[in-house]
Amino acid sequence: MNFLNAIGVGLKEILANPLRSLLTLFGILLGVSALVAMSAIIAGNEKGLKEGLTAIGGLQKVRIEAQPVPIEQRHLRDFATGVTIHDVRALAAGAPEIAELSPTIRLEPPPILAVGSKTHRTWMTLGCLPVQLGLMEHVVEHGRMFGEVDNETARAVCVIGTGIRDELWGKPEDDHEGVNPVGENLTINGQTFKVVGMFQHYEGEQDRKAREQAVLERAAARAALLASGQTNPAAGPKRNRGWGGGGGRRGNFAYWIKNNTVYMPLETMRQQFVLGNTNLPPDRISVIEAKIHDIDRLDLALTEIRNVLMVTHRGIEDFGLRTQEEWAERIQDTIKNARVSGGLISGISLFVGGIGIMNIMLASISERIREIGIRKAVGAAGADIFTQILVESVVIAVLGGLAGLAASRAMVWVISQLTPTENAPIITWPAMAVAFGFAVFVGILAGLFPAIKAARMNVIQALRYD
Amino acid sequence: MSLLELRNVSKVYHLGGEEIRALDDISLDLNSGEFVSIIGPSGSGKSTLMHILGCLDLPSKGSVRLDGAEIAVASQRELARIRNRTIGFVFQFFNLLPKLNVVQNVELPMIYAGLGARERRERALKALDMVELGNRLKNRPSQLSGGQQQRVAIARALVNNPKIILADEPTGNLDTHTGELILTLFRKLAAEGRTVILVTHNPEIAAVTPRRIEIRNGKIAVHVDAKLAGLDRLPVATTATTAATAP
Repeated sequence: MNFLNAIGVGLKEILANPLRSLLTLFGILLGVSALVAMSAIIAGNEKGLKEGLTAIGGLQKVRIEAQPVPIEQRHLRDFATGVTIHDVRALAAGAPEIAELSPTIRLEPPPILAVGSKTHRTWMTLGCLPVQLGLMEHVVEHGRMFGEVDNETARAVCVIGTGIRDELWGKPEDDHEGVNPVGENLTINGQTFKVVGMFQHYEGEQDRKAREQAVLERAAARAALLASGQTNPAAGPKRNRGWGGGGGRRGNFAYWIKNNTVYMPLETMRQQFVLGNTNLPPDRISVIEAKIHDIDRLDLALTEIRNVLMVTHRGIEDFGLRTQEEWAERIQDTIKNARVSGGLISGISLFVGGIGIMNIMLASISERIREIGIRKAVGAAGADIFTQILVESVVIAVLGGLAGLAASRAMVWVISQLTPTENAPIITWPAMAVAFGFAVFVGILAGLFPAIKAARMNVIQALRYD
Repeated sequence: MSLLELRNVSKVYHLGGEEIRALDDISLDLNSGEFVSIIGPSGSGKSTLMHILGCLDLPSKGSVRLDGAEIAVASQRELARIRNRTIGFVFQFFNLLPKLNVVQNVELPMIYAGLGARERRERALKALDMVELGNRLKNRPSQLSGGQQQRVAIARALVNNPKIILADEPTGNLDTHTGELILTLFRKLAAEGRTVILVTHNPEIAAVTPRRIEIRNGKIAVHVDAKLAGLDRLPVATTATTAATAP
């Protein structure tokens, strides 16, 4: 018996019991689509996490920040200097692995920003040098970044993120199209600053879609309002729902921070906010952001930085080096864990589908003992019967697998409707291939035992069986 | 050389430590073109003999030669091949596959012989014409009468052109008249040169064959052959109803 015949016989048998085959097939369908959907969600999350990593400057960034003196050096803590502007100069001269250095002073506690009667307490207000822009992967879309001259003359200028604009001037989506805060003034803890630039709006793909959708809906609503001839919209001011008044999701945290940033020149920060504050030494800065030349020489760069700083800090380890490796590793771990647990769970569900096949094949062969006897009597060898049963099982698995691939799209849609996240699920080809391959494998595995059982059946007993 | 040669064949079953001797030292020769009946009450070992003749089973002891080749030591695969090419089975309960139609049932042995679809079709149609069922090709077995089903089964037994037709109570589920038709068909097949073995417990049926082997307690009890007596057929052994079965 050739293989095509075997498939034909298998298909015929499957069609002979449509309901039973359909139910069995459904088990595989659910398993496959669960596997694909699970991997799609994980792939979506992975993409989101990696975007976040890129958004904060990538792996080449090293953050140098002050840190409590270690316990064995406690007696020296009065000599600890903290991170200072001198460290920056020393690093620039003594650490050739560093490509860019950006000293920053963060204003803490978060200052109050105000325009007119509107106020906003922002997350991140930094004094920095223009080099910080590239280091943090910021892009100025409107206006300009402040320059060296602004820094040296300590001008009261700042560059803001779109989150600040949204809070103080209003969101463009909320009927404020064309609001451009560049050139406007705002106050930071009562000091007046001029906005010279604004970053582009940072967001993930899903957020962008949601925002565009909202704009479209609002435009449609306005058009409907105009068409109805009503000039005074019934809806009054929008209700604020909870903290922040943003009314909704923040999206990816990395994007949210970037959008809620205010940059001003380092010197301006020093003169307006640090020097007047007697608690802080005049040279103290918060964090030095460094970008190294080559990620492969990260260890070398870290050693260099450490050596330089140990000199400037006179051996007191009151600083720490933070790399994004940890974050990257955490992403890898998270993804790996999600893959393993998700794969395991959906793999189990596919396996259950396989058990369903085995069950049905066993039931089917005990119903067909006589048929098997007849087939053997007219010349079917054990191998022929084996092939026939195995093919039936695999055909069910293949059909279920194909249906499952089709259904996975629907399942992903349903899941994303039920629990919208900022990371849209991504159905990948490898995931589909793996799920389908696993379904076929499960089909073979499930068919193996019934097929062997059928092939070994004794002809005479099978023929006599009622 | 005979077509089928059994020499000192025994078959022993072990049932719960007890030894059951189903066949006890049987020797037998069957030639081409013979029409022979094997008769015996149930439990006589007649079915066991049929299984061994039909290559469904192997003897515990002794030698079985088919066309001169020893098959008492054949593998399951070889037995399957012999069942497929050399022996055609006809059963009491017809044993057609209910899900397949008439043609598909007849094609079944050829599928396992590895024939192509076109050849299978041609040969199936020819065999069905021979049993005069060329007009019921697409019917399911359940839509046919018993006699028709048995004729389909005979067509199926014939398609691979076997040397031996082995019929197990072929008329057991048929009325007398239909049974006669089937027996006539067998006689014709024997006349064509095939060996037709008829297994039955009914002496009236056995009476139509020129050669008769009666099995009792695993041994050949009575062995009569008309040819040895120079006759065309045996004189009627049991007189009562043989007239009805004679053609």
